[in-house]
Amino acid sequence: MMPDLGKYADTVLSAYLVSIVLLVVLVAMSLRASRKARADLEQVETRRRG
Amino acid sequence: MIALLVRDMKLAMRAGGGFGLGLAFFLIVTVLVPFGVGPESGLLSKIAPGILWLGALLACLLSLDRIFALDWEDGSLDLLATSPLPMEGVVTIKALAHWLTTGLPLCLAAPLFGLLLSLPDTGYVWLVLSLVIGTPALSVVGTFGAALTVGLKRGGLLLSLLVLPLYVPTLIFGAEVARRGALGMDAMTPLLMLGGITAGTIALLPFASALVLRVNLR
Amino acid sequence: MGSIWEYANPVKFVRTSEIVLPWVSVIAMVTLVVGLVWGFFFTPDDYRQGSTVKIIYLHVPAALMAINVWFMMLVTSLIWLIRRHHVSALAAKAAAPVGIIMTVIALVTGAIWGQPMWGTWWAWDPRLTSFLILFLFYLGYIALWEAIDNPDTAADLTAVLCIVGSVFAVLSRYAVNFWNQGLHQGASLSLDKEENVADVFSTPLYICMVGFGFLFIALVFLRTRTEIHKRRTKALLARERLG
Repeated sequence: MMPDLGKYADTVLSAYLVSIVLLVVLVAMSLRASRKARADLEQVETRRRG
Repeated sequence: MIALLVRDMKLAMRAGGGFGLGLAFFLIVTVLVPFGVGPESGLLSKIAPGILWLGALLACLLSLDRIFALDWEDGSLDLLATSPLPMEGVVTIKALAHWLTTGLPLCLAAPLFGLLLSLPDTGYVWLVLSLVIGTPALSVVGTFGAALTVGLKRGGLLLSLLVLPLYVPTLIFGAEVARRGALGMDAMTPLLMLGGITAGTIALLPFASALVLRVNLR
Repeated sequence: MGSIWEYANPVKFVRTSEIVLPWVSVIAMVTLVVGLVWGFFFTPDDYRQGSTVKIIYLHVPAALMAINVWFMMLVTSLIWLIRRHHVSALAAKAAAPVGIIMTVIALVTGAIWGQPMWGTWWAWDPRLTSFLILFLFYLGYIALWEAIDNPDTAADLTAVLCIVGSVFAVLSRYAVNFWNQGLHQGASLSLDKEENVADVFSTPLYICMVGFGFLFIALVFLRTRTEIHKRRTKALLARERLG
């Protein structure tokens, strides 16, 4: 399954690892901020109505 | 307009106005470099043009937050905004005053500091020429940065972060002129580029600075 | 379908994003997974670069997006300054962190690739230097947003900074070119060049580029919506305090 990366295995794997970690962190942070912002807004809205 | 220029110059020259500070900073940077890289004159003369340009740039940067800070604090900036003088004019005068009190002394002092770094003989003319043509751009761009950060407390560090990337083209061409001059090569092409950048920034950037200043005074 | 400016209405934007976001996210996920898996597992090694050629599937799309995100910020900043649509300003704010991450990915993957290929992590090559400068521009832009409390002032100032910064970024690009001729290879995907990458490499590369593009769109939708929610919460809280 794993392709033979030859002598550059470390290079290729670390590049993929770093990039994917960065992208996942970015997406996770965006999602978390989005959820928090929406929850805060809903809280304020319900308080205003109720 | 002239009155504003004279007033700004007087304020800068006055004790505590920071007139000598830029020069002193430039001197210290120049003196510290040999301590950092060693006293070998061959190496020093090789890096002298770049170091002198960098020192002048940093000395210029150091005095930027003074451009609007005092006027902002005592409210005279609001007065200037309501005066018949267009904001673009105010900004240009401010930049000119900054250049006359900071950039010009740096240009005049640079050959002296060149001696300390054993700049080659052919380099002096080009060094001064490049500084005279390049430093106005530093003042104008710096005025833009100062206008952006005028309302902020502790805006100094942010100011540097915003302005330094904008200094890249001027530094590259300016230092290139000085370097080629020191090596006795033809430095006309980068000199023209440098002149083009300076002319462009002087012509266009005051509009952006004025826009930004109006937003900050809103 | 009305005019495009309808989406400048925050409520309308949020409603649209609820519909569009799941689709865009799924497309981004699928294309990214397909492109990267294809690139990583099913492409041959280059005869000179060996397996390091696989890094291209991250490096080139990230570099492309790093520039395009800034360009998108320039356009939205102009729209904000001219037409005063809040969504536009917020979209520029939302895009900046994505852009800086793309720049970092391009720089890091480039450095990791350069180590065995050029024998150095970093060289002051024009393209590398330009990306480093672009990184500094992103940094300054984000810092200015963070520093100013009043949202409208912040939007105005960052928009002007973005426009001025764009001009200087282009100037820097030419200055850097003049300053040092580089060892970076030219564009890998131009149509007429011989040094074009071969088809086996280019198909997954295109898919990855599309994937990065959709990922960016999804993130901008999501993050802009976050900013709108935050802005509304702030406004409501302010009203509560007054009333």
